[in-house]
Amino acid sequence: MDLNLTTEELTFRDELRAWLVFNVPKDWNEWREKPIEESFPYLRAWQQKLHDGRWAAVSWPKQYGGRSATLMQQALFWEEMARADAPPMANSLGLGLIGPTIIACGTEAQKKRYIPKILSAEEIWCQGFSEPNAGSDLAGLQMEARLDGDLYVVNGQKVWTSYGWVGDWCELVVRTDASAAKHKGLTVLLVDMKSAGVEVRPLRQMTGESEFNELFFRDVRVPVENILGKVNDGWNVAMSTLMYERGSYGARLHLIFKRYITRLIELSRTIQRNGRPAAEDPLIRQKLAQCSAEIEIMRFNQMRAFSRITATGVPGPEGSIQKIFWSELNQRLQQIAQELLGSYGQLLSGDIHAIDKGIWSYAYLRTRGNTIEAGTSEVQRNIIGHFVLGLPRSY
Amino acid sequence: MQFGLSESQEFLKDSARKFFAGECPSAEMRRLMDTDSAYDAALWSKLTDQGYTGIIFPEEYGGVGLGKVELMLLMEETGRALLPGPLFSTVVLAGSVLEAVSTPANKKKYLAPICRGEARATVAILEASASWNPRDVHMNATNGKLSGEKLFVSDAAIADFIIVVARNGVFVVDSKARGLKISPMSAMDLTRKLYVVEFSNTPAEEIGAATDLPRAFDIATAALAAELVGGMQRTLDITVEYAKTRKQFGKPIGMFQAVQHQCADMYLETESSRSAVYYAGWALGENSPDAATSVSIAKMYASDAGRAVGNRGIQIHGGMGFTWENDLHLFYRRAKASETAFGDATFHRERIASMVIDSGSASAKSA
Repeated sequence: MDLNLTTEELTFRDELRAWLVFNVPKDWNEWREKPIEESFPYLRAWQQKLHDGRWAAVSWPKQYGGRSATLMQQALFWEEMARADAPPMANSLGLGLIGPTIIACGTEAQKKRYIPKILSAEEIWCQGFSEPNAGSDLAGLQMEARLDGDLYVVNGQKVWTSYGWVGDWCELVVRTDASAAKHKGLTVLLVDMKSAGVEVRPLRQMTGESEFNELFFRDVRVPVENILGKVNDGWNVAMSTLMYERGSYGARLHLIFKRYITRLIELSRTIQRNGRPAAEDPLIRQKLAQCSAEIEIMRFNQMRAFSRITATGVPGPEGSIQKIFWSELNQRLQQIAQELLGSYGQLLSGDIHAIDKGIWSYAYLRTRGNTIEAGTSEVQRNIIGHFVLGLPRSY
Repeated sequence: MQFGLSESQEFLKDSARKFFAGECPSAEMRRLMDTDSAYDAALWSKLTDQGYTGIIFPEEYGGVGLGKVELMLLMEETGRALLPGPLFSTVVLAGSVLEAVSTPANKKKYLAPICRGEARATVAILEASASWNPRDVHMNATNGKLSGEKLFVSDAAIADFIIVVARNGVFVVDSKARGLKISPMSAMDLTRKLYVVEFSNTPAEEIGAATDLPRAFDIATAALAAELVGGMQRTLDITVEYAKTRKQFGKPIGMFQAVQHQCADMYLETESSRSAVYYAGWALGENSPDAATSVSIAKMYASDAGRAVGNRGIQIHGGMGFTWENDLHLFYRRAKASETAFGDATFHRERIASMVIDSGSASAKSA
């Protein structure tokens, strides 16, 4: 066990840190609050800039435009991005999930065709996984793809699609064999979102915004060369993507959460409780301390998981504890924010009395989604129960 | 950065696990807990042969000179075995205090016999207030004599000497000194016995200043958290095994999500405690600026988690979990004792608060 950074890790971090100092746009604060539709070209330009510096996809192999970064370097990448308060990248699903899946499962022609434009944010990707009747039970999805010569004809509906509104391409999971067992009859298709018969509708969520879309496919024609991986092997292709999702999610959260708690501690010094600053109230102190400690433990868990993955080569089901830990911690954190802010906690962005431009009311509502998206807490606990502890499958 | 165990660390942990499984299985642990002191001379001599009595101390005093992470690993395994007797009191607590406060001459006199397995010792800290805050220690030495009462002193009856924390210094009292009276307290944990130690004009040798104690207490605190992790892991293992074999409604109960999700939470709580303990061990070893905070983080989390894991384990066992013959309650009793020793979660949250709120800067180091 040695928690000091190695020379390679230090070199990587210092190079990135120096690059970020010169390249992170100075006007991000003016754009941050704007609707994403408006800021999207700005985020594309930022990703292009990162790509020019070969920083857009550090985890990818060098031959595909990455840096073959180790997991620890990837963690450093996200830490440095958060530390520099850098904007997010436009094509985050393409870079984090779909690109790695194409590299792992795609043909040479597919890699050549799609990878460069994922990196440069010329083509934005979305993910068509969940359906109205297939959420946690993803393998029960029904979207039908019928082979017609050298084309698949696709019909059905997807939901909870991030970036659907701006997506040029979609990693779509479809049913190609209705007679096979449910995990066995699925195939992943790479679908041009400009194809005839694709309709994208915004899905308004409880925060009032629309991060997600519903996708409707009516007789959409997809050439067979757009199959990713093998026909009827879509479950394995899709799962390799979700592993990446669970693996890479956490690294950037430590500094984001730390920023929240630091701000709450700062606010606690001025907010009054029982005739004295909240920072002196024993109950508030207990809660802030608990949260600060858990934020550190989240990082220790992540660092241990990264070391384990580095040793074994693949993200394993233990990743489920990271997902449970960060999502439930964020909910506790935002609950403490609400307790601390009292009546001010409910004020929305735009209200002149709102503290920190209303981010706390937004964050409070948004965290309800954390224990649902990317695999509900219940599904994560099933994964731990069955795959880690070896208990019999419950469903 | 490598947050996994090295090969030699894995080896130490593995051999400790095998050693305790062989030398102190459940039946032996139960035999010892029913004795007055829970101490066994033959077992102690085997622990000495393994190097455990000198694990973290310098070789010049007969120690093995290993690091704090290694100590955490050993304590995790003693926790898994629910090892009875004075290893914590003697080696971790008294040993660390001697190392932190005493002169080389006194280390030769007191620490070396501990390393060689020849002496048992303990540290008397708490008074009637049962407060872990150093401010609440009131005992004072006058002309090299101690008077008054210390409570909750672990393994005092079999100690060859007792280290006493007083306001005006740290003192050693020989077990045969006049005016010393040791009487057992009847407490929940049967494997680590507690005593009242009374002094009346008892001669005491000053060995150092109380201001040098915090580091020693941090080591002891982290070690207790490590022991809690071992207890949690064992409770989890026993419970998962039970959930796989116990059948109700024609199915193993582990198939029901109400049971399975409790097991998943036990796993999350155990692993998260372990991460915090290993980090604290590393930070102590490196004398990192966040060492004290990380010790409190580990003890806070493991104290609450130890209790939660015990609660879930007993609940999942149903009626069996409530019986004397099932081992779970023995781990549960130890977890309660270790939860309060050196400050419970509430105590450490306040300590964290004083470091992260009052100091005005976030404490934990970011890489």
